[in-house]
Amino acid sequence: MTDMSAPANPPFRPSMLIYDRRYRSMTFQVIVFILVMALAWWLVNNTIRNLAALGKDFNFGFLWQRAGYDIPQTPIPYTSDDTHFRAAVVGLLNTLIVSILGCIAATFVGIIAGVARLSNNWLIARLMTVYVEAFRNVPLLLWILIVFAVFTEIMPPPNAFRGDDPAASMILFDHVALTNRYTAIPTLAMTNDPGSLDLGARITFNWATIAFVLVLIGGWFVRRMIGAWAQRVQDQTGSRPTTWWMSLAVMTVPSLLLIWFFGLHFEAPELRGFNFAGGLNVQNGLVALWLALTLYTGAFIAEIVRAGILAVSRGQSEAAFALGLRPGRTMNLVILPQALRVIIPPLISQYLNLMKNSSLAIAVGYMDIKGTLGGTTLNQTGRELESIVLMMGVYLVLSLIISAGMNVFNSRVKLKER
Amino acid sequence: MSDTHAQTVPFVRDTMLPAAEPPIREAGAVRWLRENLFSGPVNTVLTILGVLVVWFLVSHFWDWFAHSVWNAGSLSECRQIIAERWGEGARGACWAVIRERWNQYTYGFYPSELYWRPTMAFGLLFLALAPVLFSEAPGIRRIVLGTTTVLTLGLMVALGAPAAWLVFAAVVLIGGLVISERQVSLLLVFSILYPLMGVWFLWGGSAWGPIMVLVGPVLGWIAWRVLHPVSSLVAIIAALVIPLLWWIGYAGEAARDAEGILSLSIPAVASDRFGGFLLSITIGIAGIALSLPLGIVLALARRSDMFLVKSLAVIFIEFIRGVPLIALLFVASLLLNYFLPPGTNFDIILRVIIMVTLFSAAYMAEVIRGGLAALPKGQYEAADALGLDYWKAQRLIVLPQALKISIPGIVSTFIGMFKDTTLVTFVGLYDPLKSMSDAVRASTSWKGIYWEPYIFVGFIFFLICFGMSRYSMYLERRLARDHR
Repeated sequence: MTDMSAPANPPFRPSMLIYDRRYRSMTFQVIVFILVMALAWWLVNNTIRNLAALGKDFNFGFLWQRAGYDIPQTPIPYTSDDTHFRAAVVGLLNTLIVSILGCIAATFVGIIAGVARLSNNWLIARLMTVYVEAFRNVPLLLWILIVFAVFTEIMPPPNAFRGDDPAASMILFDHVALTNRYTAIPTLAMTNDPGSLDLGARITFNWATIAFVLVLIGGWFVRRMIGAWAQRVQDQTGSRPTTWWMSLAVMTVPSLLLIWFFGLHFEAPELRGFNFAGGLNVQNGLVALWLALTLYTGAFIAEIVRAGILAVSRGQSEAAFALGLRPGRTMNLVILPQALRVIIPPLISQYLNLMKNSSLAIAVGYMDIKGTLGGTTLNQTGRELESIVLMMGVYLVLSLIISAGMNVFNSRVKLKER
Repeated sequence: MSDTHAQTVPFVRDTMLPAAEPPIREAGAVRWLRENLFSGPVNTVLTILGVLVVWFLVSHFWDWFAHSVWNAGSLSECRQIIAERWGEGARGACWAVIRERWNQYTYGFYPSELYWRPTMAFGLLFLALAPVLFSEAPGIRRIVLGTTTVLTLGLMVALGAPAAWLVFAAVVLIGGLVISERQVSLLLVFSILYPLMGVWFLWGGSAWGPIMVLVGPVLGWIAWRVLHPVSSLVAIIAALVIPLLWWIGYAGEAARDAEGILSLSIPAVASDRFGGFLLSITIGIAGIALSLPLGIVLALARRSDMFLVKSLAVIFIEFIRGVPLIALLFVASLLLNYFLPPGTNFDIILRVIIMVTLFSAAYMAEVIRGGLAALPKGQYEAADALGLDYWKAQRLIVLPQALKISIPGIVSTFIGMFKDTTLVTFVGLYDPLKSMSDAVRASTSWKGIYWEPYIFVGFIFFLICFGMSRYSMYLERRLARDHR
């Protein structure tokens, strides 16, 4: 028994690189590495030769040249005299606008449709099934084109709103006008404008906006502190103080004060001459894209929500009721935390899909980053390689930011095991 | 106790009373309505809302559907007919555009005298799919193959196919039906040959091209058989390298020489003649067939212990998933020429298929990775304990179970990819949805027709995608092995 030591390592032979499991994976990786490097070298070499043959180089200098084309809808000031870079930024902001609006609206639609599909009401459940199946099984492009065609073909022209007995009328208490060229919506106006913060490069932020953001962030922190205080009191005395009115006050009163201070009000659009003025005329491309993305992604989110709710077993809510929790707290403390665990990961990928699908904006002429950097700029400068590489890089970064942000949220709601 | 009842008149009914009618509120349609539509104030409000929505839709669109016209030569003629039949100012759907442009929607700009070729290829596709999709359900298989045979042959006759090809199609289809009754797995040989055959039928040209492509694996197999006794390692390397060398170096030349000796040509059709559903289905089927194996490989690579393989897979998957398909299609149409040796210029449909495949393979890999992760660790350990090597363990134990778990995800990836084939319109191909409808509207007779083409194309897509999702549910039920 004394000589039961580990067997001596056999001497190394070259064949062990293949037959010995210890070395085989290393051999395989080296081969893969060489092949990948060879492929990369081949592609880069081809690109260099092709570029040289065409007399082109690879540089991003074109971004600082004059763009020379107009963009119908610009969140920051932009004229055709600005650079291609600024056009790309405008496109990026347009992508973000439609993506964020779409994500918010799709979440609402999805939650409502998902819950309604589980409703006891036969009619509502069937209607929602029809909605979900119709939107999930038909290409998004079709919905975008149909919604856009509804706007361009069915909506009245702006001058139909003219006269004492107009052929068309505005909706939502004379605040929104749907026309075949744009949708006129009210803007926020201030009687007591505090002026703007100039960030340079003609990008300005109104002080009022900054004040609102700060107040909301501050209110959120105070609310958390109130929550922590309530928890402390509950730990010490066993009874939780009523805090909802404090939270409500903290979140709303400062904002209301600011609204009163700045004299914030809606300014409804009205017909002046041939067009609506006073409000904001939103391009129909944006509205159609937003609606179609919302309804399409909403159908997918509805299925996710439904699966998430079904994933929480009935015993959980019954147990919560047996413990004496009220329905609201059952929802907040028992059902939602478990359902969210199932819902969040696929929801993240739906948000990502929505952001990527917003590149279908080219179908309706909405100038997102695909339309500016990957469209007109590319065509005008002939810099396919640089434009597309840059555009894909932007999408990639956006995707990574969204998934990183949502992963943080996910790690907070996910089940803590062992 | 008996005292208390001593004085009461004993009465025991000796026959059952007939069952009373349930109260009207608790029976039949009224009960159903009460339980399903009006069970509470909230539900009642919801029901009324739902009825209002349905009423709104019906009142706005019913007359349009009811006044459908199927026989007209142009939009103005259509409107005239509607005005004649239902009075001035009546609205109506003009489905005549579908009837008149049916061939364009189905085949694009494919030469009309060759319409029978895609039709035959589509019919044979079902024969190739039969051993994969319906291997365990003889009843369904019989119905599918029987219908396919009858329809394909009938359509080929109607489209004026040459007699020799009619005989060929009849022999293959009926032979396939007979073989599938005897032993369905034999049809797998046909499934393997089908891709080359399908490509040849669609694009035409010399048959020697596909044949010479097929020679590659055969050469590899011969090399493996010859060298296997010498050294298994050399045999494997030779079996991999020889087909590659053959394809790169000699296949094209051999096909040309063989064509010179014995011509096996059918008229060639260029890629720009493809369009409509022919294009969507070609890209869709090719993408589905190629992305599943690629996705499996990527998923296995991402779960590999080897750091380099794993990180390459992660980089590839995350890159593809991070960019929109449109960007990748633009890479295919604009940039691919930069990445390939100067002077190479290959087919745009092939480029699109490559990009669509890579795109859906990345999504597929994530779906399958989910399935692999969901498999209990005991299965992996059991495979190791049995002494199976990596590939055997994956092939015999891990993948069959993991793929079964991921069927819903795989099929929804397929559906997503099939829907995404409409995006090829942005690289100048004639998809049925946008380019084809624009082309139809560009003609003077159908100028201004919007809804009918969109609704028609949407309906066809709905049928195909909904069919796929129902099939995945059937497959899930069929493969369920647990007892519930």
